[in-house]
Amino acid sequence: MSSTFVGMPAFPEAARAAVDDPTLRGNLRHATHTIRAKRAAAVAELADWGGLREAGRRIKDHTLRHLDRYLERLEASVTAAGGTVHWAADADEANRIVAELVKETGESEVVKVKSMATQEIGLNEALEAEGIRAYETDLAELIVQLGKDRPSHILVPAIHRNRGEIRDIFTHEMAAWGRPAPGDLTDTPADLAEAARLHLREKFLRARVGVSGANFMVAETGTLVVVESEGNGRMCLTLPETLISVVGIEKIVPTWRDLEVFLQTLPRSSTAERMNPYTSMWTGTTDEDGPRAFHLVLLDNGRTDALADQVGRQALRCIRCSACLNVCPVYERAGGHAYGSVYPGPIGAILTPQLRGTASEIDASLPYASSLCGACYEVCPVAIDIPEVLVHLRERVVEGGPAVRRGNKVVLRPARGHAAERAAMRAAAWAFGHPGALRTGQRLASRSRRLHPRTLPGPGRAWSGTRDLPTLPPEPFRDWWQRTRGGKDAK
Amino acid sequence: MNSRERILGRVRRALADVPPDERPYAEAVARDYLREHGKRTVEETVDLLAENLADYRAVVHRTGARDLPDLIAGLLAARGSREVLVPPGLPPQWLAATNLERIEDRPGDTPQRLDRVGSVVTGCAVAIAETGTLVLDGSPGQGRRRISLIPDHHICVVRVPAQVVASVPQALERLAPTHPLTWISGPSATSDIELDRVEGVHGPRTLEVILLDD
Ligand code: SF4
Repeated sequence: MSSTFVGMPAFPEAARAAVDDPTLRGNLRHATHTIRAKRAAAVAELADWGGLREAGRRIKDHTLRHLDRYLERLEASVTAAGGTVHWAADADEANRIVAELVKETGESEVVKVKSMATQEIGLNEALEAEGIRAYETDLAELIVQLGKDRPSHILVPAIHRNRGEIRDIFTHEMAAWGRPAPGDLTDTPADLAEAARLHLREKFLRARVGVSGANFMVAETGTLVVVESEGNGRMCLTLPETLISVVGIEKIVPTWRDLEVFLQTLPRSSTAERMNPYTSMWTGTTDEDGPRAFHLVLLDNGRTDALADQVGRQALRCIRCSACLNVCPVYERAGGHAYGSVYPGPIGAILTPQLRGTASEIDASLPYASSLCGACYEVCPVAIDIPEVLVHLRERVVEGGPAVRRGNKVVLRPARGHAAERAAMRAAAWAFGHPGALRTGQRLASRSRRLHPRTLPGPGRAWSGTRDLPTLPPEPFRDWWQRTRGGKDAK
Repeated sequence: MNSRERILGRVRRALADVPPDERPYAEAVARDYLREHGKRTVEETVDLLAENLADYRAVVHRTGARDLPDLIAGLLAARGSREVLVPPGLPPQWLAATNLERIEDRPGDTPQRLDRVGSVVTGCAVAIAETGTLVLDGSPGQGRRRISLIPDHHICVVRVPAQVVASVPQALERLAPTHPLTWISGPSATSDIELDRVEGVHGPRTLEVILLDD
């Protein structure tokens, strides 16, 4: 996965730093609560939301269960429509393919549409190493890129930055990347957006290679779909001569008609809009309209390993709407960076350890970055039972067992030196320090009951990891434990 | 073994638990959601379109064929653009009342050339009332995708009620995936800075929609 996250501390430590950062917490709280309320209203407009959600779940499940067939079908349709399909087993291979394709055009810069898949494989860094500069063109991604920073939210990646910080970043960094910011730049959002418009327009108009991901690929027709708001996507998808799209193999839907489900559920779940401002759909190449060459890079990079896990494979249904982040009490407090991966929040906690394995301490701790309250499952437009997968992954971390890594069957040993268990307890201790997060944690009690006796520590040990937390519960830990949890866990 | 075979092989091994006679796609997916939300007359559907377009900060006008040229001329004059970009198949009478210079989009024109044009006028393929969405499909009255993207001011003419549908499912039924499609709901917008909505980062900052009574 992206090298930008290498060296991240495990979730509990990173979370602790985030909890201590008042700006981050304030911004996240504001963002998650605002989007959450708007989303509920947008969803309430559709009386058949339950039916759409169930159809979305079934379409994705059916596709995943016959993925080989649909991948072959997609390849045939894209090829018939004038595109070229490439297959990439892992991040390195995908990066190599893209770098090669860019070099063949003779260009040394590309414009990019925001894409989780290319962040996951660390494409920008890989291209940089080959002498190719990748310009992020989504406003938030531009802020992150200019600030030499990492995204903290799927939908609003720069949500951890305030307008004053953004102004400073633009003022200091734009010149090194192209058109400088105006000298008298203020920190009003309209002025900042205007500065970004001028800076990026210069790049769009001369760009000859565009790189994107896609929200959906239609097997039947070979159509790719990109959903966005700003128009930077349209710029990257239509002005360059060559378009390279890097897309995870799970993004397929079988038929054109299936889009009717996701084009209703995605915008409402994501930005809480009836429809996002722009959606682009293209099928191969079109004469004299848009790129003359279209390359689709189909990315595995751990997805087939996740597919092999009968409980965990449902994570591949995800349409990256980010609704689960906005309702998660842990995400709200711990922030986007603490997850150490491009996929933060509840979906990150189940997707990342499946894509990367649980060998590192952070990946082993991610399944614990949850209070198992179930809010993520309730909002998920494709009904991924995130708590179920979390508990499943916890068992695997603690007990080991069969899994598939890079296509090979392996038997995982219990996490070495109980690192995961320690991480787990620190995460739990952190949650206990935040009764609000815990109060909603009803499902923790019932769903992870099996794990408790083995990991239940003496009170001293449980608190040892939380010395720097500011507030202690107003009653003794034993009494509190007894009152809130003791009864439920008694066998 | 190449990566294609490697990935397909991994997929097949990963799916060893899936029974070969599993229900086919047509049975696996229940379509018991609605084809449209609510019962509306044609007139009400058009009103809803106008309402939802305006809610997303598009400027909505309504007129008949006789007054259309004057309306378009007036909007272009108010904008102060010197040139107007037109797709090849735009009905000439739409621009009969304006004396702005018409720029035809030719494939050889660079994006830089188009960037100097202030306004564009296009038709559309379908408009969706429930979401306030216009869909352009690259037909002659709509032109290449770039023309509705680069100028800062887009005037889009929707024939009502012929081009109006209620819902997303009804729109997809009418559209051909072989065409490049652009769905537009309001002007370009971002909420990336402290969630404050700002119109127009890269696409047109002003979207004017004319509902043309057929
Ligand atoms: S898991 Fe569900 S709610 Fe979360 S981002 Fe994916 S689709 Fe959205």
